[in-house]
Amino acid sequence: MAKDPTHQFQIQTIGEPILVGPLDLTFTNSSLFMVLASAAIILLLMVSTSRRALVPGRMQSMAEISYEFVADMIRSTAGSDGLRFFPFVFTLFGFILMANMLGMFPYFFTTTAQIVVTSALALLVFFIVIGYGVFKNGFGFLRVFVPSGVPIYILPFVVLIEVISFISRPVSHSVRLFANMLAGHILLKVFAGFVASMAGIGLVGVLGASLPLFMTVALTALEFLVAFLQAYVFAILTCIYLNDALHPGH
Amino acid sequence: MAAPETHGATEAHGVFPPFDPQYFGSQLFWLVVSFGLLYLVLSRFLLPRLGQILEERRDKIADDLDEAGRLNEEAKAAATAYENALADARAKAHTIAADAKAKIDAEIAEETGKVEAEMDAKHEEAESRIREAKAEALAHVQEIAGSATSAIVEKLIGKAPTDAEAQKAVKAASRG
Repeated sequence: MAKDPTHQFQIQTIGEPILVGPLDLTFTNSSLFMVLASAAIILLLMVSTSRRALVPGRMQSMAEISYEFVADMIRSTAGSDGLRFFPFVFTLFGFILMANMLGMFPYFFTTTAQIVVTSALALLVFFIVIGYGVFKNGFGFLRVFVPSGVPIYILPFVVLIEVISFISRPVSHSVRLFANMLAGHILLKVFAGFVASMAGIGLVGVLGASLPLFMTVALTALEFLVAFLQAYVFAILTCIYLNDALHPGH
Repeated sequence: MAAPETHGATEAHGVFPPFDPQYFGSQLFWLVVSFGLLYLVLSRFLLPRLGQILEERRDKIADDLDEAGRLNEEAKAAATAYENALADARAKAHTIAADAKAKIDAEIAEETGKVEAEMDAKHEEAESRIREAKAEALAHVQEIAGSATSAIVEKLIGKAPTDAEAQKAVKAASRG
């Protein structure tokens, strides 16, 4: 049971079931770590900016760097008018990064390895892009499907491809994050499981176990990189999609 | 994982846990709660505060740079004023020196003139005295010559000529 690599993604209820009509809103380990991620971000930012120092300390520097990091990310992909989405992108980036990092602790639950969570976030971005794009550009938003400078005789074909790629965005957006976190954690679990099972078969096994142990250590470092990178990728793709809503003409 | 037997029911589905829809509703609900709350707190409170801190720092740096520029200008102006004052003082010193030299030159010229005039006057006076003495001496010469003539004539002829005659003879002789 403990060696089942998918066991770590199992939802476990915490406390009494909460049933609202037909909905089961029971608090689970997944809920706990989503709440923890939000609480950790709020706490970190609250503590680090509480002194409002002109010359920032270590904590405040970190908060300021992440602020500038996200702001630069938006400016470079969606332009300065993309900064109206700054709180949204910052929240998204912070939430996913914190959830990924919390997932790196042993026995902690990785909420971003739940397809329903990543899908919800990707669909949120998708509908914000459509909603804001139509609100700001009206029918002009349809230009997002019509790349400029394409010869007229292949235009219908290109538009078809653009529509398909636009609709498939939330799928790739959500599955990328979900699959990366899922695969990384399964891989870690499998290699760590090798260590335990090999060490269990005697002296040769103990020596042999050093190989998967080394792999586990290396993969842990890689997973930290992936945890950051996938949060970054999710956020920057959000910026690129928002750019379509802000400037629909290619 | 603690107490695996408590969730034996969910595992009985036999599906890959992330695709088990039993708790999709719960996850979505708690995602909306936690993400929504995070968004509200960040957008209303924490991000504006962080932005304000950065803004204040930018303003402070800009202000300090402005102040530094202003002080630099002031320092430059002070340096220029100092240079000007120095040049003025130098020019003034030059004129004072020139004035003093001119005054001294004038005084020297005046003194020299005075002394020369005095010397000339003394020279003149001395010369006139010499001329007078000479004239007087010459006048006495005739008289002496006359008396000498009368004495010689008396010795020769025993009778002294009158002064007038003697003088006449002297004159004739000295002229001849």
